This record gives sequence, structure tokens and C-alpha cells, in this order.
Amino acid sequence: MHEDRFHKRTIFLVAYLLFAILPIYWMVNMSFKTNDEILASFSLLPQQFTWANYAKIFTDESWYSGYINSLVYVAINMVVTLVVALPAAYAFSRYSFLGDKHLFFWLLTNRMTPPAVFLLPFFQLYTTLGLMDTHLAVAMAHLVFSVPLAVWILEGFMSGIPREIDETAYIDGYSFPRFFLTIFLPLIKAGVGVAAFFCFMFSWVELLLARTLTSVNAKPIVATMTRTVSASGMDWATLAAAGTLTIVPGAIVIWFVRHYIAKGFAMGRV
Amino acid sequence: MKPVNQKAWWLVLPVFLCVAFSAVLPLMTVVNYSVQDIISPERRVFVGTEWFAAVMRDPELHEALLRQIVYSLSVLAVEIPLGIALALSMPATGWKSSLVLVLVALSLLIPWNVVGTIWQIYGRADIGLLGATLQKLGIDYSYTGNATHAWLTVLVMDVWHWTPLVALLAFAGLRSIPDAYYQAARIDGASKFAVFRYIQLPKMRGVLMIAVLLRFMDSFMIYTEPFVLTGGGPGNATTFLSQFLTQKAVGQFDLGPAAAFSLIYFLIILLMCFILYNWMQRVGTADAEGQGHA
Repeated sequence: MHEDRFHKRTIFLVAYLLFAILPIYWMVNMSFKTNDEILASFSLLPQQFTWANYAKIFTDESWYSGYINSLVYVAINMVVTLVVALPAAYAFSRYSFLGDKHLFFWLLTNRMTPPAVFLLPFFQLYTTLGLMDTHLAVAMAHLVFSVPLAVWILEGFMSGIPREIDETAYIDGYSFPRFFLTIFLPLIKAGVGVAAFFCFMFSWVELLLARTLTSVNAKPIVATMTRTVSASGMDWATLAAAGTLTIVPGAIVIWFVRHYIAKGFAMGRV
Repeated sequence: MKPVNQKAWWLVLPVFLCVAFSAVLPLMTVVNYSVQDIISPERRVFVGTEWFAAVMRDPELHEALLRQIVYSLSVLAVEIPLGIALALSMPATGWKSSLVLVLVALSLLIPWNVVGTIWQIYGRADIGLLGATLQKLGIDYSYTGNATHAWLTVLVMDVWHWTPLVALLAFAGLRSIPDAYYQAARIDGASKFAVFRYIQLPKMRGVLMIAVLLRFMDSFMIYTEPFVLTGGGPGNATTFLSQFLTQKAVGQFDLGPAAAFSLIYFLIILLMCFILYNWMQRVGTADAEGQGHA
């Protein structure tokens, strides 16, 4: 009986993983082929294995600078988000204040506006401020979805820490900043990891705003990739190689936070 | 109870300012557009609620809205149960756990247009694994020619893309349940289903609420993936609200109607999320009370 269930679970899990991996495998497979081979034949493995597609991306500045631009604005977004979200989440988890419950839900409502709605206003706003085509503009625009989620996640983690710890520290003469940085932050480092993961996730993958707010200097990789579509047809091989490379940073990030997720969190307030 | 402290507002202020700058300010611009007829940058006329009335009567919008609601509900109906099932079957500890976590989360970290691209290749009947396999099985599969196939492909792509989010959140919720609960259930001789229904599900309520809200709002705003995969076609089969709106705002440059449409769009999402939020809160409270009586 028990054995039987174990097998069913394993089979389900393996089936799902296959479903999850196969499309990615197909792209990686194509990234090692030439365009001729992709279009001419159907094969599970590259017949004429080539690194040329990757070489093209790593040697052409207009390609690899896209990755650097993306990483720069994602990093700015992560840092700004965490710096503003940490104190706010602490306030929500520790105190009642005027309008706290409404404010908490209101934060999430900002995530409910379709990015398409914001395209034109953002364009005007950042043009007025002279921030167009800078990493900062994209990072600021992405705050719309990263900040609310980070506050919600961090608040869940902080509420799991007993309030006695704060009180004891204040009695011992700790100031708020010192307590927060030296005692509290290490306690919720799993929460910071998970929040950072979500910031990264939503900022790295977003295309519409990133493409609208940049042209040359801060052009993200996701926008650069649209180049592979041209009048002469799709450059499938380069597209597949560029796509494969966009997965790498994400895979590294998830590797770092896997323990935090496996430890579990409940998000008690909601 | 938490102590009342109005000074806590100072801690929230930076978040408030950030979000006000990057969300409220642009939204006000949209409100501004929605009540004006913008003829040129210098000449604009106040038209009141005219655009709203026009947009509400637009039959194309009704179609897109209906398509969107059916799509988002399908997404929730598939991804939430599948995500929970996946979380329940993921190993809890050891290297297998790490490996499975990374593999499962991978699709979340792929840029959205790459997601569209992957499926575009994957589904091609001549060079894609999925398309070629389906052809071999005797199904005349084509996501560019057949509306049903296109719709299903977009749905399966979304399931592939986003079920991991539900699974990760549910998994994290499951891992936070103390062992003592399971021990107590074992002593009571509770069945697997009872453990799921009365321990795991209630304990996952918080994370599932976030999962449901995020999946609902994000699927309601889906743009990039179907745009890359099908371009909204064939016909209008996969033209969802966001794309419809972008066609209006960018393609035809109807700023006023597009802005009015945006606001209606936003209010629909807000309303639906509010209903979902309150419904899940109520279910949770009723559950807690039920357990109290037992």
C-alpha cells in the first residue's frame, strides 16, 4: 500500500519534470545546431555540433551588452526593493497604525495594472525626468511589481519571529537600526533570500516596460533578441543560443535560495 | 495584539513614495487621458465619461473580455490543483529535493518572450519536438492555423510556465508545518486525505492565497507569451485583453479610449481579486471555526 503510493508519486513527479524539461531541452538542442540543420532535418541531438551560435553572442558587443544591461537593472531593482521593503514589512508585522490593513492590500493592487497601461505614462514621465534609456528607469518601473510582493513575503517571515526578541533587544539598549541590522536581519535571512528571488524573477523576465524605456545604452537582452526576426526569416540558431543563455542567471539564483524555500514559509497574515 | 504606533508610518513611507512614483503617478496620467479628447499635444478637449461609454459598448471588447475570463479561470483550474499535487510529491530533503526544486523553478526564470519563442519552436510541425510528435500520432496539429490548437497551446504554455510558482509556494507552505501535527494525525489514525484536508490545506492557505491572486492577475494581464507565439491569432482566438488594449493604444493611437479601457481593465482585476481574497478569507475562517467545534 505504502510502496504503491510512493511509486505513483514518483511517476507523477517524473512525468511532470519531463513536461517541464522537454521544451527547454529542445531549445538547448537547437542552440548547438546550424540554421541549415534546424530547418532541413529533425533530430534529437545535433548532428553537426557547433559552438558558433554562442561564439557569436559572446564576441558581438551588441549581443552580450544586453545581458549586462539586464543584470544591471535587475540588481538595482533588487537592492532598492529590499531597502524600502524591509522597514515597511517590519512596520506591518510589528505595529498597528492608521490604515495599515488597507495600505497592505493597496500595495498589491498596484501589481494589478497591466504593464501595457503604463507604457505611455512611463514614457512621458521618464522623458521629462531625462531618465530615458537608463538602467535606473527600468529598475524604477519594475518597482511596481517587485515592492508589493517583497513586502508581502517579508512580512510573512517577520511575523514568524517572536516579538519578545525585539523587546529584549530594546531593553538591552539597542537602537532600532542596530537591532535591525545585527539581530533581526540575520534571523530573517531566509525571507530576504526568497524576496530577492521573486524580485529577480519578475524583473529579469519582463519585456514590455524594459523595451519601451530603453533604446541603446540600457537595452535589455530580451529586446536584443527580437533582432533575430528579419526579412530573410528567423535566425533560429542564434535565438536558441541567446534564449539558453537567459536561463543561466536564473538557474544560479534559484540554486542559492533552494534551501530557504525548502525550509518553508507560511505567510501567516493573508 | 500588536501595539498601536503611528510612528510606524515612517517605516512604510519609503515604500509608499516608491509605489506612488512608479504606479500612482502614471495611473493618474491615464485617468487624465481617459476624460479628454487629445487632438494634438496642445489641443485637448474635456469629454467627461464619453470614452467610457464608447468602450463599454464595444462588442470587440466584450469578446476579448469573455475570452480573457474563460482563459484566466482555466489557468486557475489547472495550475492550482496541479501545483499542489506537485508540491505534495516533491521530495522534502536531500540532494533530490535541491535538484527537483531547481528543475521545477527553471521555467519561471525564463524571459517571457523567450518562453513564447521556445514554444514557437517546440510546437512547429516540421522542426519542433511537440509538433512533430503530434503529427506522428496522426493529429493534424498547427497552432498557427487551428484556433482550438492555438488556444490550447497558449494554455499548456502557461501551465508549463507558471505551475512552478504555485508549486514552490505550496511547497514552502507544506515545509512550514511542524512535525508535531503529523505525529498527532498518526496517533489519531487519520487517513492521508484527512491529513491533507484538515492539516496541510489549512496550513497552506496563506501561500495559496498569494498563489491564486498572483496567477489570476498575471494571467489576466498576459501579453508577451501569446504575442510571440501566435500574435493573437488565428483570427482573434488568442487575442487577450492586454493585446487588444495595446492594439488600441499603440496601433490606432486612440489615447482617450485606450485610457478609459485601461481603467476599466484595472477595475475588473481589482474587483475579481477582491472577491477571491474575501472568499478565501471566509473559507479559511469557516474552516478554523469548524475545527474549533470538533
